[in-house]
Amino acid sequence: MNAVSPANAIAAEWRDFFALTKPRVMSLVVFTGLCGLLAAPGHVHPVIGFTAVLCIALGAGGAGALNQWWEADLDAGMKRTARRPLPQGRLRPTDARDFGIALCAGSVGIMGLAVHWLAAAILAGSIFYYAVIYTIWLKPRTPQNIVIGGAAGAFPPLIGWVAVTGEITLMPVLLFAIIFVWTPPHFWALALFVQSDYAKVGIPMMPVVAGEGATRRQMLAYSIVLLVVSLVPWWVGGTGAIYGIAALVLSGLFLALTVPVALRRSGEGDAMRPEKRLFGYSVLYLFALFAALVADRLILGQG
Amino acid sequence: MALTPNEEERLRQARKGRNIALGLVLLGLVVLFYAITIVKVGGG
Repeated sequence: MNAVSPANAIAAEWRDFFALTKPRVMSLVVFTGLCGLLAAPGHVHPVIGFTAVLCIALGAGGAGALNQWWEADLDAGMKRTARRPLPQGRLRPTDARDFGIALCAGSVGIMGLAVHWLAAAILAGSIFYYAVIYTIWLKPRTPQNIVIGGAAGAFPPLIGWVAVTGEITLMPVLLFAIIFVWTPPHFWALALFVQSDYAKVGIPMMPVVAGEGATRRQMLAYSIVLLVVSLVPWWVGGTGAIYGIAALVLSGLFLALTVPVALRRSGEGDAMRPEKRLFGYSVLYLFALFAALVADRLILGQG
Repeated sequence: MALTPNEEERLRQARKGRNIALGLVLLGLVVLFYAITIVKVGGG
């Protein structure tokens, strides 16, 4: 069933193209981008705000499509990704590539014309960073790939913020920093319970290269840094107490869930409960933290 | 390379689906560009 028959590939359905955009990752991208937009001081017309978030989503989708085009052979070798459209032969690779390029170019162009050219430039930079610097260059070469890739996922709130203000200030950079520091413990928790798959296709994930113990210790270090970084917006007066207290509680719980992960080692047939719990919580954490940021802004009106 | 009638039918279905999806996307862009234009011109 995996044979790439030409008849299969030209009978690609619209759902296959939609799947290329990684819709599940996009929900986090749209949400953090929207929060950056809503938390920024100043006002944009709702239509322009909608356009900005749409462009962030389209850009992320295009970058995701380019990522899947480049990694189709790796995806085929991993259980988690083997059912994507390209490894299944449901799409022509060149169609996936062109679809990705069209989405990226369209999103940057519309962002520039309708919203702001600085926001468009950062969007273009983030797409290039993810699709080329991360996917093509560094992911297959360094066990720090997740740390580097995390920067790509950290762009949406920065872009959303700049779409409103038209300038890069400390606050949007701090939002960038929060997601950047959050990504390694978030992703390594996942990598710990799917590590055999990454090893099979030769991607140098941290647990495979540096070992489980080192990965777990680094996750703890990042969680401590995350606790500090997530509080900085409050300390510098960029937000009020609603965000500050929410960040303290949420990041404290994040750290509390990382400690057992950091201190244990997995045995034979380990259910990896603490790792799965941390991974699940980490997604909830990011949603809750950014929701608190917006609530703070809407209720206290600071910034 | 000849397609079987079965394959041909599947191909037609898939193409129809793609065309409808693309049509909706284009329609959405028309509405979006119209709205952006009104906002830009009106807000000037």
